[in-house]
Amino acid sequence: VSALLEQVAVGLELPPLVVPVTAKTVVMGASASRDWQPQHHDYAWATKRAGTPDIFLNTPNQAGWIERFITDWTGPKGRLGKLRFKMRKPVCPGDELHFNGTVTGVADGWVDIDIALTVGDTTVTECTARVAVPSDADDNPWARTGSEWRP
Amino acid sequence: MTTVEDVVGTKIDAGPGDIEAERGYVLHWCEATENANPLYWDHEVAEALSGGWIAPPSMLSVWMRPLMFDPRRKEPIRPLELHFRLKDAFELPDGIVASNTITFHEPVRMGDRVTTRQTVTDISEERTNRLGTGRSWTIDVTYANQRGEVVGVETYEMFGYRKP
Repeated sequence: VSALLEQVAVGLELPPLVVPVTAKTVVMGASASRDWQPQHHDYAWATKRAGTPDIFLNTPNQAGWIERFITDWTGPKGRLGKLRFKMRKPVCPGDELHFNGTVTGVADGWVDIDIALTVGDTTVTECTARVAVPSDADDNPWARTGSEWRP
Repeated sequence: MTTVEDVVGTKIDAGPGDIEAERGYVLHWCEATENANPLYWDHEVAEALSGGWIAPPSMLSVWMRPLMFDPRRKEPIRPLELHFRLKDAFELPDGIVASNTITFHEPVRMGDRVTTRQTVTDISEERTNRLGTGRSWTIDVTYANQRGEVVGVETYEMFGYRKP
């Protein structure tokens, strides 16, 4: 089942997602993104050299979690057009990572969403996303190509 | 001494990635993000919506990261080579990704071999913040498949620095 554009309005809140982050979350995310920078798997390096409290989620893995948060809501026809995110604090094992999103725009087949990743009261990552959502049950954003796809 | 003018506009054609897009990595990605999207698990859904298996768009940079070991290679390749060259040129041992913008175009399909071009579009003068003293720079990475179609463009805003 996929969300339809007519069901989406500015101010709509996406179903929240909560991820208990463990060392496995961080290391598996680094492995899946083929990122072997030491701060994502080596505790001693992260704490002594990078000066962070622990190893922490890498950039592409955060993008992967954000995509999953969005498509949990849109369903499989939702097609990501653009992601922009700023990481303000490292996300480490032991953190309970909360994803919240609010629709800020709906136009021409696109939905714009503001997303905040928070740990406790702290916003650790800010994100804006643009996702194509079908206009009706027969529409399929994945079929758009060339000039039909302008994210 | 390296100057700002020396590096803005610098381009690297990093060539094709070491691995082609394949299902094992897609499943590993979905495993790591607990992503149950049937587009990546149910072949009938993939056929109906995207004409076959594709990779999650957010996997884009996976396809450009070099192997950590390759017996055919004398020197290791660094991912996002331009970033490391700038760190070396300005003698800034540490670096962080301050922000990342990714625009997704044609889907990456299984068997695709993705080629990247990296371009330095901006670099600041030296400044000091809570991390240390260094420079911000912006690198665009354009990803294309073997058919010449752009599959995505990433913009990294980085800060390279030395600690106080």
